[in-house]
Amino acid sequence: MTLALSGKDIAKQIEKKFPGGVVESAAESLLVEAESLLEIAAYLKNTPGLDFDYLTAVSGVDYLDCFEVVYQLTSLEHNHSLVLKTRCYQRDNPTLPSVVGLWRAADFQEREICDLFGISFTGHPNLKRIFLWEGFEGHPLRKDFL
Amino acid sequence: MATTAKTKEIVVNTEPFVVNFGPLHPSTHGVFRMKITLDGEVIVDMEPVFGYLHRGIEKLGEERTYTQVIPLTDRLDYLASMSNNLAYCLAVEKLAGIAVPERAEYLRVIMAELQRIASHLIAVGSFLTDCGAFLTPVVYMIRERERILDLFDMVCGQRLTYNYMRVGGVSQDIPQEFMPALAKFLREMPGWIDEYERLLKENEILLARSKGVGILPRDLAIDIAASGPVLRGSGVKWDIRKADPYSIYDRFEFDIPTGTAGDCYDRYRVRVEEMRQSLRILRQAIKDLPRGEVRSEVPHLIRPPAGEAYGHIEAPKGDLGFYLVSDGSIAPYRFHVRAPTLINLTALADMIRGWKIADTIIIFGSIDICMGEVDR
Amino acid sequence: MEIEEVYSSRELDKVEGRAINELIARSQEPIPDPDRWLDEKLERNILLTSVDAVLDWARRTSMWPVFCFPACCAFEFIATEASRFDLSRFGMEIIRNSPRQADLMITAGTLTWKMAPQVKRVYDQMAEPKWVIAMGACAISGGIFRSSYSVVPGYNRIIPVDVYLPGCPPRPEALIHGIRMLHQKIRRKSIAEGE
Repeated sequence: MTLALSGKDIAKQIEKKFPGGVVESAAESLLVEAESLLEIAAYLKNTPGLDFDYLTAVSGVDYLDCFEVVYQLTSLEHNHSLVLKTRCYQRDNPTLPSVVGLWRAADFQEREICDLFGISFTGHPNLKRIFLWEGFEGHPLRKDFL
Repeated sequence: MATTAKTKEIVVNTEPFVVNFGPLHPSTHGVFRMKITLDGEVIVDMEPVFGYLHRGIEKLGEERTYTQVIPLTDRLDYLASMSNNLAYCLAVEKLAGIAVPERAEYLRVIMAELQRIASHLIAVGSFLTDCGAFLTPVVYMIRERERILDLFDMVCGQRLTYNYMRVGGVSQDIPQEFMPALAKFLREMPGWIDEYERLLKENEILLARSKGVGILPRDLAIDIAASGPVLRGSGVKWDIRKADPYSIYDRFEFDIPTGTAGDCYDRYRVRVEEMRQSLRILRQAIKDLPRGEVRSEVPHLIRPPAGEAYGHIEAPKGDLGFYLVSDGSIAPYRFHVRAPTLINLTALADMIRGWKIADTIIIFGSIDICMGEVDR
Repeated sequence: MEIEEVYSSRELDKVEGRAINELIARSQEPIPDPDRWLDEKLERNILLTSVDAVLDWARRTSMWPVFCFPACCAFEFIATEASRFDLSRFGMEIIRNSPRQADLMITAGTLTWKMAPQVKRVYDQMAEPKWVIAMGACAISGGIFRSSYSVVPGYNRIIPVDVYLPGCPPRPEALIHGIRMLHQKIRRKSIAEGE
């Protein structure tokens, strides 16, 4: 059975290495600052004992005051999982760092979030519209579209 | 008079050129377009273009109630609708904390495994069509698939998009004719699989065209978060039914076929063996089917408490997951589909580099995609 | 190897995007259906010439469909073509990949605006006489996806449709019924025009 790791325990480990990185930790998920996302993600991937080498899913959500991107991480070796989140508070031209360097699985999924929400990911090799055509105005999955 | 022939060395310059492949193409499984850069006939680079079937299912899901989203999920991977329904219902039940009666759990497993066989029949059939056995294997496999569709027709009246599962169980109980018909199918199906194997397993043309072709190395498979037969063909023994059992899969005994080389032949063998394992699960499920309710008491308009949940299953094409966010109202606030086929395609460019156009079709077919799910 | 890009991939995408936006602007109203059904009374008073009868028989008994299978209805079409509901008995088992050699387009699946210029192009390349069967709810009116931002509400926005076939997806028996309706329409067309 895949053990869903508690955000609170991992938060304690991360606070020691990256103080100030964790914004909020709950039982199901871990919310981190956008600036320290890459370091924390690399730490989660490379630390023995955590070894989150499989990025299951990347989803974007539009809460009206911010955009949130949710990463579902899994470790094949230890069979445990973790939910990592990060937020972006700008409405026009939101940007977040891209995790494609760590997990190539994020390639198409980040393009999809960029297409449908308008969030740009810095460091992504090929960030262009994936599902809609060039010339489509707007970002459909935002709550204020149509 | 002897002439001294001077050989002049002619240097041949080739230029790579870009060929457009699709979206309406008889070999691509659905409307998928590739911009392939060729040097002669060898592929140098490839850029995929999606979105020709992007219907906005995620946005439409936000306007409908939780039960009304179930027909939308049918149309995601339309070859495996029961699995899509099951994954979505699991996610909602996780979000709202709804328990499912025993009989409904067994019925769900029976439908999901029958659906796995039906989906793999088409996957294997079209893979063989691409290899050159033009239409004969796929017509035989459609003959078997028609029997499975008859069983589904008996249960819910539909052949392709069933809308059978509900939050809290299934929508209706099975009729009396279903069990004898299913028992007859289970008696005959192993014989049919053996018949296909006899013709194809050691077939020279199939081996020459697919062994060693389109190799997906193990590390790359994990890096791109591949799942399903694509991941298992590359040697990673990861199946959600064993790693993170959902429903009642922990009560059944079955094996997980795994490949070694990660080429097209291994993925084909994994799918055929999975069909046999599904038959094994079905035999166990029929024996233990209990009596009882098929749906728990669930209000007509479900209002899960505010929160989020991620529910995933082992669909025939991979790890299908649904990420749901609820704000306490009758419609989901955010409904996101983790599409296994879109993620499996991440490495397509690496898998076809260095091969020829004819091999592209085979490699693409062995990943087994369904555009309804890639594009949503 | 240096690849000199005359058209970059981004430029190609922009050209495609402009074509799609232009098509959307042009397709705001549905195209009226061609060949209204003939009034019953007239049929009894017209004698069909024998050349006409032979041409009609040839056209309707071996219509070759062109390959146009975006979505789910495609699999009901494939099932119709397989051995249980055999389309060979209507002369239609060959799906022509080249539109020049085909005369029937069975539109099996949802049409999105991104796909629409390609389908229109295939339709334009088919030689006359040609017919279209709109198969399934998505082809008639957009179906379950009608209110989506990227779905064309029915194929009759971009190409004229002869037979509408409801269902989601229509069963193979329904598809065969639709094909037979088209056969009847072809017979009546020559009667109406009195060639």
